[in-house]
Amino acid sequence: MIKVTTLLAAGIAVAAGAANAADSITVVSWGGAYTKSQVEAYHKPWMAATGNTVVSEDYNGGLAEVKAQVEAGNVKWDLVDVELSDAVRGCDEGLLETISIEDFPAGADGTAAKDDFLPGTFHECAVANIVWSTIYAYDSTKVTGGTPSTIADFFDTAKYPGKRGLRKNPKANLEMALMADGVAADEVYEVLETEEGIERALAKLDSIKADVVWWEAGAQPPQLLADGEVVMTTAYNGRIFNAVASEDKPFEIVWDGQIWDLDLWVMPKGAPNKEAAMDFMKYSTGTEALAAQASWISYGPARKSSGSLVGSFHNKPELKMASHMPTAPANLTNALQNNFEFWADNQDQLNEQFNAWLAK
Amino acid sequence: MTAIANNSAAAPLTIDGVIIDDAELKKRLDKAMFRSRFRAFLLVLPLLLFIVFSFILPIAYFLMQGIYDSSFSSKMPEVTKSLKDWDAVSEPTEEMYAALAADLRVVSANKTIGRVATRVNREFPGSRSLFTSTGRSISKLEAPYKESLVKKKKKWADIRVWQGMKTASRTWTPGYYAAAVDLKLNADGSIDQQVEKRRIHIKLFLRTLKISFLVTLFCVVLGYPIAFLLATLPVRTSNLLLILVLLPFWTSILVRTTAWIAMLQSQGVVNDLLVYFGVTDDGSRYSLIYNQLGTLIAMTHILLPFMVLPLYSVMKGIPPSYMRAAKSLGATNWTAFWRVYAPQTIPGIGAGGILVFIVAIGYYITPALVGGQEGSMISNFIDSHMRQTLNWNLAAALGGVLLFVVLIFYWLYDRIVGIDNMKLG
Amino acid sequence: MAIPAYAGWGERLWYYTFRFLCGLIFLFLISPILIVLPLSFNAENYFSFTPGMLGLDPDAFSLRHYKDILTNGMANPERLTGWWSDAWNNAQWIRSMRNSFFIGFFATIIATVLGTLAAVGLSRSEMPFKKKIMALLISPMIVPLVITGAGIFRGFSDGARLINSFGAWLADFGGPLTWIGNWLNEFELVYTHLGVILSHAVLGTPFVIITVTATLVGFDQSLVRAAYGMGATPLRTFFKVQMPLILPGVISGALFAFVTSFDEVVVVIAMASVEQRTIPRQMFSGIREQISPTILAVATILVVLSIALLATLELIRRRGERLRGVTPA
Repeated sequence: MIKVTTLLAAGIAVAAGAANAADSITVVSWGGAYTKSQVEAYHKPWMAATGNTVVSEDYNGGLAEVKAQVEAGNVKWDLVDVELSDAVRGCDEGLLETISIEDFPAGADGTAAKDDFLPGTFHECAVANIVWSTIYAYDSTKVTGGTPSTIADFFDTAKYPGKRGLRKNPKANLEMALMADGVAADEVYEVLETEEGIERALAKLDSIKADVVWWEAGAQPPQLLADGEVVMTTAYNGRIFNAVASEDKPFEIVWDGQIWDLDLWVMPKGAPNKEAAMDFMKYSTGTEALAAQASWISYGPARKSSGSLVGSFHNKPELKMASHMPTAPANLTNALQNNFEFWADNQDQLNEQFNAWLAK
Repeated sequence: MTAIANNSAAAPLTIDGVIIDDAELKKRLDKAMFRSRFRAFLLVLPLLLFIVFSFILPIAYFLMQGIYDSSFSSKMPEVTKSLKDWDAVSEPTEEMYAALAADLRVVSANKTIGRVATRVNREFPGSRSLFTSTGRSISKLEAPYKESLVKKKKKWADIRVWQGMKTASRTWTPGYYAAAVDLKLNADGSIDQQVEKRRIHIKLFLRTLKISFLVTLFCVVLGYPIAFLLATLPVRTSNLLLILVLLPFWTSILVRTTAWIAMLQSQGVVNDLLVYFGVTDDGSRYSLIYNQLGTLIAMTHILLPFMVLPLYSVMKGIPPSYMRAAKSLGATNWTAFWRVYAPQTIPGIGAGGILVFIVAIGYYITPALVGGQEGSMISNFIDSHMRQTLNWNLAAALGGVLLFVVLIFYWLYDRIVGIDNMKLG
Repeated sequence: MAIPAYAGWGERLWYYTFRFLCGLIFLFLISPILIVLPLSFNAENYFSFTPGMLGLDPDAFSLRHYKDILTNGMANPERLTGWWSDAWNNAQWIRSMRNSFFIGFFATIIATVLGTLAAVGLSRSEMPFKKKIMALLISPMIVPLVITGAGIFRGFSDGARLINSFGAWLADFGGPLTWIGNWLNEFELVYTHLGVILSHAVLGTPFVIITVTATLVGFDQSLVRAAYGMGATPLRTFFKVQMPLILPGVISGALFAFVTSFDEVVVVIAMASVEQRTIPRQMFSGIREQISPTILAVATILVVLSIALLATLELIRRRGERLRGVTPA
């Protein structure tokens, strides 16, 4: 009986403590080093400036939770960091609040917001914060057979033996497979529009399928490399950069065949703390906040005015960030921008076909 | 009460000095019986209501989505009406285009055009942007609508878009259940087999059954000897060894799954030992996890106690004298075991086996964490339709099929073991 | 099963082989659980044994991952004053631990009360439709959790909408009805503690029913009749006659229900927002995203908890045997 009483007491104490604080917004992002960079560059300064608090939550992308919350009429998330295709789709489905570029502050150099944001980074329901990229990386201490340098090398398990890590999703994999198969970057989506193109991409993936370890969360690929589960893996460039910069991992990024994309803030329709969240959205896409984030992770800021402020890694003054950005000219020689419209159109069908291919 | 029941054959009878006849007695008995039945029922009622309202009805409601989908018909009422009489082969008429334009105006104004587009896109992939881009410039649309819509986007003349809309416009539809078993519902209502490269669900169901069967088999093979040992050892020793079974049983599934990752990953304990003993070299460590093998090992570990405990309690009940008798009658050890002991343990194997199989078939966590691609099961797929592709209707249909399979085994369990004989620990 | 003195060499060989095989199976059962204990003291951020650990180098071991449990998510982990309240309110693992106990506690109470009543009713011989109702009440245990999670999520979210509109209708009547109506209008189940508690209570009841029914199997109904005959009220009869006998079943059923809630993750994924996150939910995303030894530290704590639980159960069992007059052999 004593146990029960203590339990009861504990239960009541917990109930009393479960009340939540006022002026608190829930911001959802991709976790790991990326969320860490946002916490340092956005959350902390904003909390200090306004006295509000930010509750940070991780997810693995997609609109599922947003849709579930909006349809349940009980929205818990105030801001979500999404990919472009999801931002567009969510907007079309009426799941997101609309925003206006007129409300956003001018850049630090005085440029109006609509001229300061890079082309294509502002949408009806979404504003981009960073440019990121899917690249592939390898562990230089474990890879044998030479130094991989092209996207085709990733698919060459004869020359570079060992396991490969790939995201369990057709997105980026199909494009990379085609580029490795000799399709020029600007023709990739044209080829993918056809049945033969998809077959061709899957056939290329087939050539390494037996060696693939599939990952789902952005934090996994550096872990897979570090644990020796794979010798090469596709990954988000910032995650690999951070493993190198802060943990001295012997990883190398191959920029050939990179696929770059945007991450954008969206606000689910009916967000509980709309005003504070809007304030956070404006603050975090300001010139300084974006430049500050670039000192924590190698993702390019979406504002032109932030570019000149990008310096070096936060605790390594000798490590200049500019050359590690997806948008650095040297990294763009053979690069592809993710085509959100293609994916919005074909996502369902390709997921289905990709899953069937996986299960084969 | 008891007195009445015991003397019901004898009549007439007096209660409180009043003589009552047979009919009256029967009436009173019935009343008393009814009252006691009602009282028993009243005890069960609160839980029954609770389970019905928080479990049965919600699940029924969810499963209904497998055959009910109003996402197109409720938002596009005009087109839905005009599609009803269309034969799915002839050229769409101006009236149909006009109805389409009217509906598109509404859904693009209230920002639900994306949902309509998503729905039709499932039937005819690639038509999503047709809807959304038309929606963006809907205000400029004028009669005649057929001409202006086709002028805007040639694809509007494609009959497959219309066929897709016709299929999508069914509110009550067998389409999702068809898709759940790799069939395809056509616009004219006929059902074909899905094209080969998109068939996946049957394969997944079979894989799920295979994994569950193997896990059950491993549990029997590993559980039988130790249950036998536990049942035949002196109580003091067996109680100590029983802890080795009970501790895993009471330990969180997440903890055990994590532990298996630490054991089986390529830098893990098992591979380290194999390298140490020279079974393999450092460069070619085995892939023991993130594949079907990982799922099998971790699930067997997690479900083994469910097998051992019922087997143990059955074996405890078998008097050792039976074996001794068989041996004294001249049977060898093996014959005594096989002909006398083993047949008596079959109820235990049945109880444990079906329970393990039922739990295994709907398993989600362990395959999701250690199964990788080839070790994932139908539950993982249902979850991905719930949370990634957002096709809740298909998730409901797949769930319906899975639940049907599980209920068959539940029924079997009831027939063979009896639900009221279920025991834990 | 001691080996007799007259056993031949073949029998001896088989005897030892069999024991050896059983030893291997026990090893299979217990080794993964034991392996997490030393690994959780890894000084490195790795999930595997380092050479230093194998060499028993004291520097290769540390408590950093246990510290991480306390500090992860804290607003200011370096601060010395007010450290406890910061950890209590903000540290992620602490918050999920509070949620786990809170949800588990109330889910257990609901499951135990409703389940015990139902089991008592079901064990009466006059209970109508006994088997069918039993099958229905046990079903939460066998329905795949993914279906349960999706179903309860959809059902609760739209069910709350129904209650909301009923509240709005009620609010128009004025007086206290307005107050109740407004309250109902705000009512939510999905993404609330209440919603998770109710769904875990559903999952816990089958265990209570099974364990309590098991203790009632040998129950002599004439004891109840005797109590009635001596003029006891039904309530008094229940507490004085039945309760002491079924108590071990009730307690172990409650433990099962608590552990079910404490270990459940699939329904939590569907039903909970970050405010209701429980320990398994936190572990689940931890394992999926980044396996750090912090998870092993949490796992170690949970293993210690389950050992405590096992000990409690053993005590209950012994007490039960004493009460029934069965002496442990």
